[in-house]
Amino acid sequence: MSSTPGGGAKVAAALPAEAVKISVDPSTEPFWQAARERRLVAPRCADCGTFRLPPTPFCWRCQSAAVDWTELSGRASVYTYTVVDGYPGLPGITLVPVVVDLPDAPGARLVSNVVGVDPADVSIGTELTVDFHPISDGWLLPVFRVFRVAGQPAQERRA
Amino acid sequence: MARHTGARDVAIAGIGATPYYKRGETAGQSITRLAGEAILAACADAGLSATEIDGLAFYSLARAGYGDQMEAGELVETLGIRELTFTAALTGGGGGSAGAIGLARAAIVAGDASVVVTVMALQQRMRLGTVVASKAATPLGSFVQPAGLAGPGHLMSLLTRRHMHAYGTTRDAFAEVAISTRQNALNRPKARYREPLTREQYFGARVIADPLCLYDFCLESEGAVAIVTTSLERARDLRQPPVPVVAAAHGGTREWGRGFSWFGMPDDETFASSGHQAVAGWLYRRAGVTPRDIDVALIYDHFTPMVVMQLEDYGFCAKGDGGPFVLSGAIRYTPERKPGSIPVNPHGGQLSEAYVIGATHIAEGVEQLRGTAVNQVAGAELALVTGGPAALPTSGLILGRDR
Ligand SMILES: [Zn+2]
Repeated sequence: MSSTPGGGAKVAAALPAEAVKISVDPSTEPFWQAARERRLVAPRCADCGTFRLPPTPFCWRCQSAAVDWTELSGRASVYTYTVVDGYPGLPGITLVPVVVDLPDAPGARLVSNVVGVDPADVSIGTELTVDFHPISDGWLLPVFRVFRVAGQPAQERRA
Repeated sequence: MARHTGARDVAIAGIGATPYYKRGETAGQSITRLAGEAILAACADAGLSATEIDGLAFYSLARAGYGDQMEAGELVETLGIRELTFTAALTGGGGGSAGAIGLARAAIVAGDASVVVTVMALQQRMRLGTVVASKAATPLGSFVQPAGLAGPGHLMSLLTRRHMHAYGTTRDAFAEVAISTRQNALNRPKARYREPLTREQYFGARVIADPLCLYDFCLESEGAVAIVTTSLERARDLRQPPVPVVAAAHGGTREWGRGFSWFGMPDDETFASSGHQAVAGWLYRRAGVTPRDIDVALIYDHFTPMVVMQLEDYGFCAKGDGGPFVLSGAIRYTPERKPGSIPVNPHGGQLSEAYVIGATHIAEGVEQLRGTAVNQVAGAELALVTGGPAALPTSGLILGRDR
């Protein structure tokens, strides 16, 4: 599965900029404005401290509308993932959509892509770090790369 | 023992359907034509005139599939319905299919209507595998859509992977669901697929969203199915033996919420699930029965792993044991139900007969309890019908036999 018929390794990508359009509302816009500055943030309830994603108008735990937008480290780990070859209009693309846990925003998850990696090197528990990928209308999309300590290979696959 | 428990105040009196077509075959027909044909067939089955309909209980917001809409006014206009005193739909999507019969019951028990039709008509104007990708961006959808999860199967592959990780489930289990369901369709006159499916075909098929392959996905079929619900008392005077509604439930919990459009379900128990645990509990409590009392299960099968997860959530096996349970042969249809087994989708389901967003499962439940099913479970007294694993509401229905 890790090799194309030509023998070269597959590399997971994100959708090209023109294929991704987002829309925002007052609850979600701070997330995207921060992403445009290459910062990953999550809304944390200003009253009870509960994180939530996607950003919604009220805290599910205490119903407060008050939010502290908290800057996260960008570290994440794979909670689950899939591998998809092809997308409508983009038959050659390989995508690794993931659901990630965010260690510094417990209870909140993001749906994103792991990019720049052979899909065979992604598994549940793989440690990731955020990057930002251009999408339509000048926005940036948080995506993730496998976390590597400088000078060391990627973390061993977990079972 | 379970024969007289539950609500049993209303009953399904008629079922009807169009032929089942492949994608594109009904393009020249309107949704009203398809829905109307199924409604007329269901009324004829019940021995009622369509003009006597006074209620409509839809699901999926009365959408017909993914872009079209059913309109009460158009149905009244063309079917000659004299007075419509109730028209409503469950929110959500295919999750509400079984629950729509509960909506019909609510109207009848409240005295708002007496002959209530539930109908679903489906045409495939776009490829099912692109329905997520082709939606206009919304603020919440912008937290899922950009990842390239183009269709519902892509979304469910993420739950499936987690189930495999948490419980050791293998693709063999999903193959067994696909193969056993196909087996049930072989002698079904209207089934879209009537050739056996082999393990070689299954494992040789294109992987669409790893770990899900072509045969884990339901069919892209077209057609319509309608169900007529009325009071049990009135149903006893009609043409068919009444099939009483023993219990109906719809809804869900915060921990499931939008499910695989959200992905925030807190733990494996809820994430690697069909989202049906709460509905299952309400249903059994309202019916006064347990999973062991169910004789045949019509399980919403848009994707094979969601059958495995529903078998767990409805208590036919323990959470996480769905894989070994199906691999033991427990869901295979046999005319006589064996202890510890539960015949699943003897009509060939949405994987092999036809996909009409859950409505064929309700019709099959009715046939099983009339004793007229093609693949009849001998002496079936209680049938479970489930709605789709989906953003809430999910839903379920237990049907029984009269007296
Ligand atoms: Zn709070």
